[in-house]
Amino acid sequence: MTALATPKPTLKAPSDDKRWRIVDATMRRHGYDPHALIESLHSVQQVFGFLDEPAMRYVAASLKVPLSKVFGVATFYHYFTLKPQGKHACVVCLGTACYIKGSGAILKDVSERHGILDGQTTPDGELSLLSARCIGACGLAPAVVLDGEVIGKASVDQVSLRLERILQS
Amino acid sequence: MTPEELTAIAAKKADEHAAYQHVVNVCMESGCMSSRSDAVATALDGEIKKRNLGGKCCIKRVGCLCSCAQGPMVSLGTGQTMYKGVSPADAADLVDSLGSAPPARLAFPADQPFFSRQRRVVREFAGTFDPEDIEESIRVGAYQALRKAVTEMTPAEVIQEISTSGLRGRGGAGFPTGLKWSTVAKASGSPKYVVCNGDEGDPGAFMDRSVMEGDPHRVIEGMAIAAYAVGAEHGYIYVRAEYPLAVKRINKAINQANRAGLLGRNIFGAKFSFDIEVRLGAGAFVCGEETALLTSIAGNRGVPRPRPPFPANYGLFGKPTLLNNVETYANIAPIITRGGAWFATIGTAKSKGTKIFALTGKVNNTGLIEVEMGITLREIIFDIGGGIPDGRKFKAAQTGGPSGGCIPEQYLDIPVDYESLASVGSIMGSGGLIVMDDTSNMVDVARFFMDFCMSESCGKCVPCRVGTYQMHEILRRIYDRQGRLEDLTLLRELCDMLKATSLCGLGQTAPNPVLSTLKYFENEYLDLIAAARQTKGNEVHA
Repeated sequence: MTALATPKPTLKAPSDDKRWRIVDATMRRHGYDPHALIESLHSVQQVFGFLDEPAMRYVAASLKVPLSKVFGVATFYHYFTLKPQGKHACVVCLGTACYIKGSGAILKDVSERHGILDGQTTPDGELSLLSARCIGACGLAPAVVLDGEVIGKASVDQVSLRLERILQS
Repeated sequence: MTPEELTAIAAKKADEHAAYQHVVNVCMESGCMSSRSDAVATALDGEIKKRNLGGKCCIKRVGCLCSCAQGPMVSLGTGQTMYKGVSPADAADLVDSLGSAPPARLAFPADQPFFSRQRRVVREFAGTFDPEDIEESIRVGAYQALRKAVTEMTPAEVIQEISTSGLRGRGGAGFPTGLKWSTVAKASGSPKYVVCNGDEGDPGAFMDRSVMEGDPHRVIEGMAIAAYAVGAEHGYIYVRAEYPLAVKRINKAINQANRAGLLGRNIFGAKFSFDIEVRLGAGAFVCGEETALLTSIAGNRGVPRPRPPFPANYGLFGKPTLLNNVETYANIAPIITRGGAWFATIGTAKSKGTKIFALTGKVNNTGLIEVEMGITLREIIFDIGGGIPDGRKFKAAQTGGPSGGCIPEQYLDIPVDYESLASVGSIMGSGGLIVMDDTSNMVDVARFFMDFCMSESCGKCVPCRVGTYQMHEILRRIYDRQGRLEDLTLLRELCDMLKATSLCGLGQTAPNPVLSTLKYFENEYLDLIAAARQTKGNEVHA
């Protein structure tokens, strides 16, 4: 554990948003160790939903790592996103089991119906369409995650119906 | 905690457990949770309370009950009676039926081959205790192996026991675990680290998730025994961020173990200290490669480096590091408790023990199975898996994910062990087993895996970065009926090039799905190319 690290003079957070305290707490817990870069970015994404430039600059300055490295790490890992996500998220699993059982058709249908490609958000910011490499729910293939809720043995019609309901509410 | 205290907790919990007339286990794993098994457990709790049965019945929230597709799953006792597809509304009927046969709509025979043909070592107690409660884990024997190792054995004896067992790495490559441990033990440099690879990135695999969710203390115990054996004081578990429940349970288990003194300083009063930190992966398949994983733990882009030096000598932060997979660590406790010689009686001559598979795809019974090494694929797919649904015909079994291959029907009777699977062009892999029927086009399957490898290539070495892209282009072209006969030669050349010149396992094994489908299903490639010629011919004549 890096509990003995010296406390650093606090840098000013990019905004007055209280959520920065959670990010600060994560970095402090790791003693502002540059090794904790990924943990810190996880923390930012967890509270803000995505990583924007001010956030990356703040983490870079706090951990004393070059901004280029922060950007490199943030773009290397699929889990991190640099764009804000829509109000609702539809994640279609494209793991092998789901693909074999037709999740490709579900992705295509949602994509065509809402006019967005995998990874995009509708212009009104309502819906983001994402694909996952495998969410580990292979026993329930094909699986789709709508706003955090897993729909197992999903079908094209079922997903489109559920999506419509979510978007109307 | 002293050894006596550990035994006392185990005895106390066992008495409590035995006092219940009925123990109802509700599966709380990601699969069943997604069909709201938590609501089922709450409803059952309510029903027990309403009828004032608290002293007689106990509702336990347990790890995976195997049959993920039938969830939410519920079982009684140690799994003699099973219920499937239980909803909160069924709670009253289920409680009514305790002591007699389950209601027909919920009944799920516990004696069917899906359960009886399994052989459980790693998942011995999974599904019979609450993984979020350390005392429950202790009741089923957790930390007894660590106690034995630390208080009765020398580090050299522990390594000897692991070597005797013949255990091989469960991450896929099958390196002898005892040999790895003794290399790290002998390595000079300090501190040393023990690292657990829980970055299960293979699409179609969820064994490690299930072990971490269903029995986190067994993983921690295995790591602690390893640390004692190799002389490490600090460990890391690298878990996928995509597995929030596994992350939560591992963290909780580490906290509980710390508080109980089963991690921390002077464990069991011995001169042995060990603590564990969790590191989150962030969705990069290449981080399953050992050097990439260690680079990622240090907060960098997960890019592999050439070996040697191997992590055993130059690993995390440049120090000697022992890196094993979740399932490997989960095998350690039973080996220490019952002895390496006992473990070596299970399995085949060269592949000892059991293997957990995530059996999925076009098969009747999907779910998590643990089988003895040496069982045939046919037994797994047709006996345990119950065959192919909708009267379709079996076409191929895919093992090893994007690094593995497709095994056709003529090899269904080979034994499942490291060497046999490699001999037919696939690999054991981490344990994904996806069954395909005659509706799957094998060129599309090859394209699917190449698409995966292409987007997961870290870009460091040219053969992998450019090679996977070019192969994907060719496969897409063939599948879109625009291929030429020469494409097959080109594909084979690229396969050889990637295998021979890529830096790490990702690139070296990326051609496997292409090579195995080219070998066993070349006709499907040829059909698509012939279709392309036909279209072209028609265009010329038109």
